[in-house]
Amino acid sequence: MSMYLQQLINLIQLGSIYALLAIGFSIVYGIARLVNFAHGPIFMVSTYLIFYFATFMYEFTANSWLVYACSLLFAVILTASLAVLIEKLAYRPLRGGPVVALVVSSVGVGMILEYGVLLLIGPVPKRMPVLIKDIPFMIGDAKISLASIVIIIVAILSMVLLSLFINHTRTGIALRAVSQDPIAASFMGISRSFIISVAFILGAVMATIGASLYTTIYFTFAPYMGDRVNWYSFIAAVLGGIGNIKGAVLGGFVLATLNVVGAMVLPVSTYKDVLVFAVLILVLLIKPTGLLGKKVIEKV
Amino acid sequence: MKQTGKKVLLLCFWLLLLFVMQQTQIMSNTLKLILQYIAIYSIMVLGINIINGYLGIFSLAHAGIMAIGGYTSSLISMYLLKAPFFFPINLLLGGIVGMIFGLIVALPSFTVKGDYLAIITLGFSLLVQSLLQNIDAVGASRGLRPIPKNTNIFWVGFTLLLAIILVKRFVNSKYGRSLLAIRNDPVAAELVSVDVKHAKLVAFGLSSFLIALSGGLICHLLSYTNPGAYGYSLIIEGLIMVYLGGVGSITGSILGATIWQILVETLRFIGMWRWILGAIILISLMIFKPTGLFGNKEFSLQWLRQIMRNRKEKRAIHDE
Repeated sequence: MSMYLQQLINLIQLGSIYALLAIGFSIVYGIARLVNFAHGPIFMVSTYLIFYFATFMYEFTANSWLVYACSLLFAVILTASLAVLIEKLAYRPLRGGPVVALVVSSVGVGMILEYGVLLLIGPVPKRMPVLIKDIPFMIGDAKISLASIVIIIVAILSMVLLSLFINHTRTGIALRAVSQDPIAASFMGISRSFIISVAFILGAVMATIGASLYTTIYFTFAPYMGDRVNWYSFIAAVLGGIGNIKGAVLGGFVLATLNVVGAMVLPVSTYKDVLVFAVLILVLLIKPTGLLGKKVIEKV
Repeated sequence: MKQTGKKVLLLCFWLLLLFVMQQTQIMSNTLKLILQYIAIYSIMVLGINIINGYLGIFSLAHAGIMAIGGYTSSLISMYLLKAPFFFPINLLLGGIVGMIFGLIVALPSFTVKGDYLAIITLGFSLLVQSLLQNIDAVGASRGLRPIPKNTNIFWVGFTLLLAIILVKRFVNSKYGRSLLAIRNDPVAAELVSVDVKHAKLVAFGLSSFLIALSGGLICHLLSYTNPGAYGYSLIIEGLIMVYLGGVGSITGSILGATIWQILVETLRFIGMWRWILGAIILISLMIFKPTGLFGNKEFSLQWLRQIMRNRKEKRAIHDE
């Protein structure tokens, strides 16, 4: 019984992190129509930012909550500016051209980030200092760490804030308008460039929050982690229906369930990747636009 | 008749050249190795270009297909047909097995579209990789070694020639034209009674055949292979070579593979900077010429003449 409770908590925390990553991926896709291969590398860069700022902060204070809040804020600001910069330099000049050119450009951006970090910092994995203090406590005979609860709360809080932003602010409404119909939105006086920048900022913010939570669980990180994160968020976003935020959350949780249950049920835990891909392919074969995706009728 | 004679002559000359390169020491071994890399990746890029360029489907299945081709032919030459003169047959068998898997990958493309198809093909590639990592009979994550070192410049060049002829004939055939129609508008193509499914099957089959051949060649060149080689980075590298050289072009495929391999192999002295340089080249190319260097164009004497004529005309207008 206690094992199941622990696994359930595990599942929820992993699922909420995947959901955050998939949301970031999905927002960028919904607005800019871009399968962003630079999403994982941005995540990786934000991990390094958090790492350096947190290490720096621990020189002055021992309060981990303060360190976490400050380094998260710092990383969010820097990563968001990086995302805007990337959009200006590598994506904006390509707008109106073929979609594939945009995707290939994002592959290039991802490479620059990854190898840039490799050159500047080196390939040796680093260990994140404690961001969220781990105080274990017991429910029945299950040992549950406070960190997992905090992770889940932070993730859910950021999702709620995001949905408030999208549903109730002017910019959020403009965001939805652009994702529904870019041309009609521009007739209503919505600046598409501004909205695309906002989408990239939101994507980067979600990736940064996800990064801070991810490294709280796994501690070690290296420049190559971006690749894996990238296809995990891609898979989660597509499973739920790409461009759809609710779908991204659902996809994230499905992915986490496959991971956790797969590791429990399968004889060798490395088979869980096989399970993930098999389920992914199966879902898309049965429902070609993802779990919550809308069917689009093609016309000539 | 005259055309055919010319072609046969050219073919014989190419084979002779390859034979001389193989048998004599006119080139250093490093140069030979780089040429082989270029030719092998050209074959792969030609294969990818059929799907991603001519058919216009954003597929990421090439890593998986290459792994299947490489593993199949390596396993056959390690355990079944060990003699070196069986090598072409092993290669061909690898290609055929790859083709069968390619046909399976083609099936979802009938119903699934766009980015969803991209993720299915990505899933296929990573599925193959993680299966290979887990099956102990094929060495799991240790990989296969020693694979007999059968690849030489003669076979590589011969396969490249074969690939070019195949793709060229395919593109100019009924199927090639229907691929272009499907790329421009799948629904419209179906309405003018292009058999979309059949055309897609043939395209995926040929594409995977070529990619699997290149996988077999590279395994027998390095005499070593492991699942790690067929992951995310191979997928990305394949895409880069296709879109660098140009979509929907044979010249572009070879050019893309050549530029990228030269960049990667000869600029080793600048270390990791070469990847950043490559990425910057790629992004600027996408900004200034989004279809790649030779997008939808072929290099030929006629093309050169056309360019010269245009330039002359421009100058004439300028003079007036």
